[in-house]
Parts: sequence; structure tokens; C-alpha cells
Amino acid sequence: MSLPSTDLIRLTPNGLYCEAGDFYVDPWRPVDRAVITHAHSDHARRGHTRYLAHRDAEGVLRNRLGDISLDCVEYGDPVDLNGVRVSLHPAGHVLGSAQVRIESRGEVWVLSGDYKLARDPTCRAFEPVRAHTFVTESTFGLPVYRWRPEHELLASVNDWWRANADAGRASVLFAYAFGKAQRLIAGLDPSIGPIVCHGAVETLNEAYRAAGVPLPPTLRVTDVADRSAFRHAIALAPPSAQGTTWLRRFGAYSDAFASGWMQLRGARRRNGVDRGFVVSDHADWPGLQTAIRESGAHRVFVTHGYVPVMVRWLTEQGLDARAFETQFGTTDDEADTAAAEGGDAA
Amino acid sequence: MKRFARLYEALDATTSTNAKLAALREYFASAPDADAAWAVYFLSGEKPKRVVPTRTLRDLARRLADVPDWLFEESYQAVGDLAETIAHLLPEPVRDSDESLAAWIEGRLLALRDLRDDALETALVAAWDDLDRPSRFLWNKLITGGFRVGVSKQLVTRAVAEVAGLDPNLVAERLMGAWTPTAASYRALRADEHAQERERSGRPYPFFLAHALDRTVEELGPIEDWHAEWKWDGIRVQLVVRGGGVHLWSRGDELITDRFPELADLGTRLPDGTVVDGELLAWRDDRPLPFAALQQRIGRRQLTARVLDAAPAALVGYDLLELAGEDIRARPFEDRRAALAGLVEQVADSRFVLSSAVRAADWAGLAALRGEARARGVEGLMLKRRGSPYGAGRVKLGPGGEWWKWKVDLLSVDAVLVYAQRGHGRRASLYTDYTFAVWRGDELVPFAKAYSGLTDAEIREVDAFIRRNTREKFGPVRSVTPELVMEIGFEGIQRSPRHKSGIAVRFPRILRLRGDKKAADADTLDTLRRLLEAVPA
Ligand SMILES: [Zn+2]
Ligand SMILES: [Zn+2]
Repeated sequence: MSLPSTDLIRLTPNGLYCEAGDFYVDPWRPVDRAVITHAHSDHARRGHTRYLAHRDAEGVLRNRLGDISLDCVEYGDPVDLNGVRVSLHPAGHVLGSAQVRIESRGEVWVLSGDYKLARDPTCRAFEPVRAHTFVTESTFGLPVYRWRPEHELLASVNDWWRANADAGRASVLFAYAFGKAQRLIAGLDPSIGPIVCHGAVETLNEAYRAAGVPLPPTLRVTDVADRSAFRHAIALAPPSAQGTTWLRRFGAYSDAFASGWMQLRGARRRNGVDRGFVVSDHADWPGLQTAIRESGAHRVFVTHGYVPVMVRWLTEQGLDARAFETQFGTTDDEADTAAAEGGDAA
Repeated sequence: MKRFARLYEALDATTSTNAKLAALREYFASAPDADAAWAVYFLSGEKPKRVVPTRTLRDLARRLADVPDWLFEESYQAVGDLAETIAHLLPEPVRDSDESLAAWIEGRLLALRDLRDDALETALVAAWDDLDRPSRFLWNKLITGGFRVGVSKQLVTRAVAEVAGLDPNLVAERLMGAWTPTAASYRALRADEHAQERERSGRPYPFFLAHALDRTVEELGPIEDWHAEWKWDGIRVQLVVRGGGVHLWSRGDELITDRFPELADLGTRLPDGTVVDGELLAWRDDRPLPFAALQQRIGRRQLTARVLDAAPAALVGYDLLELAGEDIRARPFEDRRAALAGLVEQVADSRFVLSSAVRAADWAGLAALRGEARARGVEGLMLKRRGSPYGAGRVKLGPGGEWWKWKVDLLSVDAVLVYAQRGHGRRASLYTDYTFAVWRGDELVPFAKAYSGLTDAEIREVDAFIRRNTREKFGPVRSVTPELVMEIGFEGIQRSPRHKSGIAVRFPRILRLRGDKKAADADTLDTLRRLLEAVPA
């Protein structure tokens, strides 16, 4: 049996709790004070009394959670919560995503939330933050997950779209509506044809534009009067649109799915689409190792993903590695597919 | 190699036959002959024997990837395929080679067979350094003898025929038997038909395959238009007697003459220029022995007198494809059958039987006879349209004629899920292979494994249940809290001392989830025993 924890952050039934500052980070049950890493719904839930998040997350958070009491901060600007110094730092995951740096009596913890190291023009790039203890996600915590460079991935998406357009066939690209979709849109080549978006995606495009992120022009399907225009179009839709009547308007189309899970042939085939593009909001295996190393932390807590694998690996690398059994990775983020397609996590 | 890897990816990515055909056509229209020859060879189900022991490959890849053994194993568990795991784990290639497929196979793959130890490792590392990830995956599959892709030989045949502007049947015939993958034989495959082609000896015709009946029999029209036979449960074969030789071919284009000396002997009694299509069965006293008897015989290396006596083989004739050296496949079904009946009578050998016609005045009467199928040790009925020619492959409608399988309804019980294992291939990351049990008193006795029959959505649901309700893990297998009930169907049932339940079921599959039932409502071993008594072995 372990002694009562004196850690700055500990796991409680409500979520990850900082007792010294009396606040939670991404809690899953309603609490008084919630610091939010990003607006994916497994990290930003309803019912908290007060929220603290990055300024760029405001639009999406309010869109999702309605009229909440929300304090916004800039990256790097510290906030004092009951004597504990809290600041947010870019996580490179989606618009307004942050790592949470927590400092009390000279001890520093960094909670990564979700993050990626790959280039993404739609959000601030990940910045390593030094910490004594680093809390990392592990959605793609297996060495088989290694992403190709961004430009290569986007070129393959554009090539696929161009080939379809040349054949007079619409391209339907399924991607998570918040984050993934905008990153793809930003990389599309609008000279190929019109970019059409499902309502769920377009709402988020607007939030991105409002936050000052430039995106090429996009259309809602209702904006397209002449259906023959769809034959050269690419349509972005959330995975939930798969198999719905929304797709009928596109006639005979080719479809694709953009997700880190598409790395594996089994997942690609099971998805039942023509193409799988390996594009993820999360760090790949080398990315996870880099982030952990650059945090300089000697102690690492691993959350949602391949937790036991990462804990064992990091232990063998000489770190004090442990697991946090969180409830992240259970909803609309890419990580939720871990339960169905990946390992035993979540 | 890259071109072939792209073709493989295209074929692998889609379930649409049209999309596969288009990808194949594109490949064959542009690939060099020597490459196309290897592509035909591999895509029609042939593969090189494993040239590198799996262990060697795995160890080398692990060292190059610089991961500990347990992490390699975790990766393999997640990916579900060794060739793919290795392709993902290896460091990035150092060169960008685009050698041809033929060069890779003839120059590099076949050479591996003679290499050992350090020389073998050096060659493997050099190969990996030259290949991008998709090509590495393919290469790993080829050198481990595990190459497989979801296209039928028939589709490959069709693609080649369309590109060459030939009749697919001609290409199929040219591909029959032992086809060697060389540029010359690929050119011959695509060449215009020449007169002597029919006189080749030994090769079978493409098998005409039946479809499972997907409509009511009434929709087939008047029963008078149809000929019905029992659907025998053995090995579909062609006995080819030509040019003084006897060749017994299984449906997989495998030459099995040596395995069945009694049928080779029968062949010598048939006139030269004869090809019979039929079912090979273990046969005694004018009726078939259970399939298990034949299965045991197939499993034996040595054909001792005892083995031959335990399961003597006979040929039950369905059709006559060649008579006195003439291809009669285009003749009406009744004519061919009459000729076959004449031949059976003329030869008068107990190992050569005419598949008897099943007659009824109407469909209802035929349905009643079909109900007896299990008692007769057959799988159901075959329906063949009168007047139809003998087609090639699985022709559904049109002038090619129609053959339908009208199988008996499945036996079924409600059983409880007790163990689960990860699937393979595209389902490697999900628990899709299940073991089911029935009650004996208050104990659950496993009796069947099944892994098909659920929709993707149901599989995900069951997968989530398994993860939440795991009791113990033994390697890839988990024992599960016995709560989930499913209806399990099977085509046959036999006594089996090898199984704990004392029973073995044939072709088990999942019919549906029984969310409405609790584990306690599942069937008992007694239910299975009663089925066993109702169904003669
Ligand atoms: Zn997220
Ligand atoms: Zn997450």
C-alpha cells in the first residue's frame, strides 16, 4: 500500500487534481475550477463552475458548451491559482490546445493534454516545456506508428483528389470535424476544384477563421446550386457521416479516411473506404519520445493510449514512469478509436 | 516492384470487383512481360515457398529496429501481421530503387534460398534498404511465403483477357495446371488462339461453379426447366483422360492423382479423350462415408492398405466435358448428362457413379426432399438449368447458364461466449474469433469456434464487451465473463472424442446476437446430443 500522495497532481474520481491550487485539469466530472487543455469533448466537458483555457479555444468551447464562465489566457502568461503558478503552452494538437505547466514551491509539472510535433499551419506549434514531472498522452504509443512528413501526406491527398476530379468523380474525405479537418483544408490545393464541407466541419472552419487562422474558401453543400460541380469537388465530412444520405448528392464518389489509425492495413481495410491517409492530431512514437526527452522530466505519467507499453518502455529507459487511468480518449477525438482499433487502452 | 506494390495496395484497399478489375487492367496494360508474368503467378494464388525462416527475419528486423523483444511482440500483437510489423518498424530506406518485379524475384528473392547466416542477413538488409514501406511489406510477404491478396484467379484471368482482347475461357485454360512465370509464357498467355491448343494433354477445363441460392426457388420459374441433384460433400474434381495419361485435378487446380490411386486406376478404364467433372467422396456400399473419413485420409502421408480401406474413394459424376477428344461443354446439359450416364454404364465400375437426379412434381415436393438431405449425408441440392452449357467460373446469369446451390437450413443452438481471440488481417486489432459453450449442469462446456456472421458494427460492440469483461488473458486469448449469448449455426454435427464436449460441429458460424437472452437461457449439451441423434453421422 502506498502512503497518502504528496504529489502536486493526483488522480481522483473527478479527474486529475491539484490540491495545492484546488483545481482540476480536464476533469470528467463537474468541479468548481477546471483548467482545459483543449476543446475536444473528452477533455472539455460540461458542468464545471469555472473554466480556464487558451484564448484561441474560446470560440469552439463556447460553441460546444454554451454559456460557460470562462477565463482566457495567452500562451506563457502565468495565472495564480491559490498560490500555485499555472501557465499554458502550445501543444500543437488543435486550435487553442495547450500543455498546462503547474509550479508550486519550486516543483514543476507539465500536463501535455493531447499533442503533436508535426507541422500544422492551423495551430501554434508544440513547444517543449521543462518539468520535473511530465504527464503524456500515448494514443499512438507503439513504434509502428511513425508519420510521414506533412508535405508528403498532403501531396498524397491532393493527388488522390486530382485523379478523382480528372475522372469526373467527387472525393469524400472523412476526418474529425475539429482540428483534423481544418488542417487538411489548409493543405488542399484549391486549383483542383471546390472544397465542400459538411455542416459540422463548416461550423469549426468559422471558429478557426474567427481566431485568425487563414483557410482556403469552403462551401456548404447548400451553397452549390449545380450538382455537376461536385464532380470536381472534395467534400470534408466527419466520420459519423459515413453511410448517411448526406453523401447521396455526390453520385459515384471515391472516399477516404484521414487518421493515424490508417497506418495499419487492418484498420484501413476495416474502415471500408477506398483510401486511408495517415494524418494524425497526435504525436507518433518518435514524437512522443522527443517530447518526453525535451521536457527533461525524470518522472513521467502516461495517460490514454498504449499506457502499459509506454510505462514499461520509459522505465527501461531509466525514467520513473507510471500510469494515470484517465477517461480521456473516449469521445470525438481521434484517440477514441483506440478502444475499437488500437490496443487495450481507454 | 513499386508498380506491383501500388497494384497490391489498390487491390487490398477496395472490395469492389470493378475497382479491382480496373486496377488489374491498368497494371497489365503497362507492365513489362516478365513482371506481368510474376504478377499473374502471384495474384492467381501461387507463391514462392518461404525462403527465409520467420525466426531469422524477425530477429534481424528487431535488431535493426532497435526495439526490445517484448516491444516487438506488442507491436506484432497490435498489427496482427509479421510482414507488416517489420515493414513499420525498420529504419527508413537509404536508397530509392525501382528495380522491376522480375528482377526482384529472379535476381534477389530466389537467390536468398542458397544463402545462410551472415550472407543471408547482408542480402536482407540490402533489400530492405532499397525498398519503401509498401514495397517492404510486399517483399516480406513474398520471402515468408505469406503472399495473399483478395482477388480471384478468375478476375486476374479476366483482366489479362480484356487487355489482350481474348476470350477469358481461353486464358483460363492456358493458365490451368503448372504455369511457369516467364516473359515467354506471359506472351503465350496473351497470344491469339492457335489450332492445336485443344490437343494439349492433361489440363482440366475451368470449373463451373454454383452460386448459393439467393432467391426463392419459385423465382427460378417452372420446375420443369431445372434438373436437381444432391449436393455432395466431398472434393470437387475433374478426371482428365487424354493422350494416354490420367490426371485428377481438384478445384484449386491441384493435381491430386497420386493421392487417389483408385481413381487413377479408374481413369485407365475410361476411353482416351474423356473429361469428367464430379465429386470425389469416400464411398462404401453405394453411399458416402462422412466427410471426416475423407478428411482423415487427406491428412495421411502414407497411403497404407488400412488407410485406403478405411476411406475408399469414388467419383460421383456431375458432368461430361470432353467426349472422344471433343470439347462438348457448349452442348445442352441433358445431352452431356446422357453421355455421362452412358459412360458410367459402359465402364461399370463401382468407383464411378452417376450423381442421381432428384425428381419432384413441384418446388414444394423438391423442398420436402431437400429436408432429407442431412439424413442422406449431403449438403442440400444442386439446381442446374436444363439446356444450359457448361460455363466457366462463377457465372451468375445469362447465356452461360445457371447452377445454384440450395443448401439445407443450418442446425442451430444458443451458446455463450467464453473465450475471444484477436482476428487476423484486417481484423487483427479486434477480438473477432470466439469460442462458444453450452451448459452441462452448471458448467459451461466449449463446443465451437466461430468468427464470421456479425456485421462490423456488431463486431465493435462485442469487442468492447470483451475488453470490459475480460477475466484472464492467456497470450492472445482472453477468457470472458459468460454473459453474451449468440445463436450459432452449423451444417453438421458428429461425435468427437477429441473434444471436451464429445461433439464436433461442421462449419459453425454466428447467426445473430441474442441480446434478449441471458447466459442461463443458453442451450445445453443435451440439446446438442439430441441433434446428434437426429442426424446420422
Ligand atoms: Zn484531443
Ligand atoms: Zn485526448
